[in-house]
Amino acid sequence: MRMNPKFSAILVISTLILASPAFAQNTRKPRPIEQQSTAPAPPAPKHDISGTWNSGVGDGIQANGVAAMPNDGKPEHQLPYTPYGLQVYKSHHALEGADAVLPGDYDDPRDKCEPMGFPRANFYNLREIQVLQNDYKVAILYEYDTRWRVIWTDGRPLPKLVDGGVQVGDELQEPRYYGYSVGKWVDDTTLVVDTIGMMGEDRVWLDTAGRPISDQLHVTETFHRVNFNRMELTVVIDDPKMYTKPWTAMNKFPMLLEDPHRDVMEQYCSPIEMEKYNKLFAEPASK
Amino acid sequence: MRRTIIPGLVAVALVSCFALSLLAHHGTAAFDETKRMTLKGTVVEWFWSNPHCLLRFDVKDDHGQVVHWIGETQNPVTMVNGGWSKLAFKPGDEVTVTLSPVKNGNPLGRIVTVVDPKGKTYGADAGLRGGAYK
Repeated sequence: MRMNPKFSAILVISTLILASPAFAQNTRKPRPIEQQSTAPAPPAPKHDISGTWNSGVGDGIQANGVAAMPNDGKPEHQLPYTPYGLQVYKSHHALEGADAVLPGDYDDPRDKCEPMGFPRANFYNLREIQVLQNDYKVAILYEYDTRWRVIWTDGRPLPKLVDGGVQVGDELQEPRYYGYSVGKWVDDTTLVVDTIGMMGEDRVWLDTAGRPISDQLHVTETFHRVNFNRMELTVVIDDPKMYTKPWTAMNKFPMLLEDPHRDVMEQYCSPIEMEKYNKLFAEPASK
Repeated sequence: MRRTIIPGLVAVALVSCFALSLLAHHGTAAFDETKRMTLKGTVVEWFWSNPHCLLRFDVKDDHGQVVHWIGETQNPVTMVNGGWSKLAFKPGDEVTVTLSPVKNGNPLGRIVTVVDPKGKTYGADAGLRGGAYK
């Protein structure tokens, strides 16, 4: 049977339109499972936060500082600084936030490609994380700078903070950029993680807006898997050297599950590229 | 909105208010966000890098003088999410660049759009995902 000529033309034109680059999907763009289907998500598995997770708000970039308390000058986002904490904050020349400086004037350790450290790894370009776990530990692979950290879930105690480092059993050990983390399942779908033993204020910042942290910091993360496709991350900062009381830096920040076959892109800090950027752009833009 | 037409290849557009909450991502202090400039030029280099990609391009004015411009974008991950790539531009490409210039008058700016030789428009913010934080 011959096809109606008008229908043939419509079919050909439709095929050409759908095949054109304008309609081609960007396969590298994040595609959280939750956003691909309206079907109800399956329930969260027990004691399992593994998977590739995409930041559910703004790629987790956190331009003005930590998600729940950005440094935007609003009174409700003013942090409870100690006098020393405020002094350290003012000594930082940040590229972002209420007290931002010009690109050629900032002194963020990131400009030298120093390790972000923890907890800043949660607060700067969080984007996508890959979580792997077994019976003993949870490993988080961060997209930014291809860094990782380990959370022990084998029942070991949290090390004790001592002057200059931590005490693990009878041994004194050094501070670490990514600290010492211990996690406990408080229910079937909630992992609470405590981290201490991080680097001091002479090496790391809390966030891109220049807020400070010290080696006395204790971070509490709560990973709550809401359903199979969604997890919420809450982060509390407790640093008596810098802040008069604990405060919440992330409050149920949504993390959305991606396809397990997804290839996560690199995001890195290259001193060579940073130097070229500073020479060609940042410094001339700041004169 | 006030528009000033400058003879030659350069056009300046003044806008009264431009909401750029997404562009607050990375240091806006250097840029005049109330201005837009549209420039036609020739690509010298497309530098695919962190923390920002840089598009270096030469613009000839009416007197034949060449001005060496540089426009920055977000980092490669964000640009890939917006459909850009390391291979999007090459030296010799004739492009039309719209950007917010820096305040100090140097030929530098934050890219808003780039139109490539084939007429495809690349939006610099296409890869940014917004939303309000709690």
